[in-house]
Amino acid sequence: MQGFAFQRAADAAAAIALGAGAGTAQQGARVRFLAGGTTLIDLMKLGVETPETVVDINHLGLDGIGRAADGGLAIGATARNSDLAHHPIVLAEYPALSQAILAGASTQLRNAATTAGNLLQRTRCMYFRDPASACNKRAPGSGCPAIGGAHRMLAILGTSEHCIASNPSDMAVAMLMHDAVVHVQGVGGARQVPLDDFFLLPGDRPERENVLEPGDLITEVTLPPAEPGARSCYLKLRDRVSYEFALVSAAVSATMAEGRIVTARFALGGVGTKPWRIPAAEAILAGQAPDAALFRRAADLALAGARPQRQNGFKLELARRCLVHALTQVTA
Amino acid sequence: MPDPHSEVQAAVTLRVNGAEHTLSIDPRTTLLDLLRETLHLTGTKKGCDHGQCGACTIHVNGRRVNACLALAVAHDRDEIRTIEGLAEGDRLHPMQAAFLQKDAYQCGYCTAGQIMSAVALLDEPCGPEDADVRELMSGNICRCGAYANIVAAIQQVRGS
Repeated sequence: MQGFAFQRAADAAAAIALGAGAGTAQQGARVRFLAGGTTLIDLMKLGVETPETVVDINHLGLDGIGRAADGGLAIGATARNSDLAHHPIVLAEYPALSQAILAGASTQLRNAATTAGNLLQRTRCMYFRDPASACNKRAPGSGCPAIGGAHRMLAILGTSEHCIASNPSDMAVAMLMHDAVVHVQGVGGARQVPLDDFFLLPGDRPERENVLEPGDLITEVTLPPAEPGARSCYLKLRDRVSYEFALVSAAVSATMAEGRIVTARFALGGVGTKPWRIPAAEAILAGQAPDAALFRRAADLALAGARPQRQNGFKLELARRCLVHALTQVTA
Repeated sequence: MPDPHSEVQAAVTLRVNGAEHTLSIDPRTTLLDLLRETLHLTGTKKGCDHGQCGACTIHVNGRRVNACLALAVAHDRDEIRTIEGLAEGDRLHPMQAAFLQKDAYQCGYCTAGQIMSAVALLDEPCGPEDADVRELMSGNICRCGAYANIVAAIQQVRGS
């Protein structure tokens, strides 16, 4: 591991001031915030992350979980994934979020990993994690050996000719389905970013994964109030029954009245270069009676534009079936 | 491994199994390397060193974590418990005794991590079934495949 200076930030302003000197908040950042460390320490050992300064933000009081001002949920940036998954409000009102978190990683990792760290976790693409390989995300312009190489786990949506790395988060998929908003404090003050706008598509700059700039500190993530009477779930399909990243996953929620769908929302994981949500695909469900053919049409709309590679074409049908099954469950 | 010639040092006070240690360390030092190489508590094992195998599982402030993914310098004043801190003198922790009784290991390399996870699991939300235990123990890999007896040992302690 490359050497670094360790700083314990006294408060958020101090962390932001230190982070402002990072050059970039994306790949190649010279300053990194340390929360749970489960991604950062791993990637520093691999030589993928080489910060000169590591700023500990675990003592800034950003670990709360409670009611947001609008009656929704306010989740502190350094709240542990375990605490969020088992929180009474989450279990009662956002069960898909609890299920998504508990479907990811192991208890040891969830005890350390945090809200913001989970959102910022990096792709598991093996070429990204191996500094001996080319990778446009890690070393811009060096090429993408995953295209034409080992890409069975990688994305079929939101890809570009430069990068097909999939976003590995389960938590973010459930948060996206719930219209999560990321709260950021930076050099220029505070701002709020809807989660769907927070993540960037790779395009021709796959080293840029989100909208964060040097000094930006995620302080919390908020969810609007859960819809009364909604049923939700998170369905994750993977190669092993536990402790494995998703091949495909779906976070779904629906409200029903007199046998018909009033509102339905869903997001897909494992298929996109970012957590994937297509509101137009959800919209065709409103007012309809639950029906497998209807759900399949919604899935087709959500997956329109998919560009599978040689090894991951199976994800297209697997994602359709995953979504149809999950929608069937919450509308039964 | 930390570079022994590094000039960057950081002060940290760790509480390990009830004993306090004030140390000056290279900030790159993980809790795992510090326990093993500096404090010579070699019961905690290094498997993958990337948070994937669970061999290095310890308790920090009562919760199980992977010691390989924790910078020691970030755990100033935290309460750390390792496999060496479970027994009271010659009296084994009930989970250690159950692992012996149920023959819940073969080569033994993963066993310290398995037991530290299993002890933590006793205080976690966990359903009653073997499948519930297997799910919550999935972060501890056993190359020898002693899983059936590991689950039996844990269930014996949970049932007692």
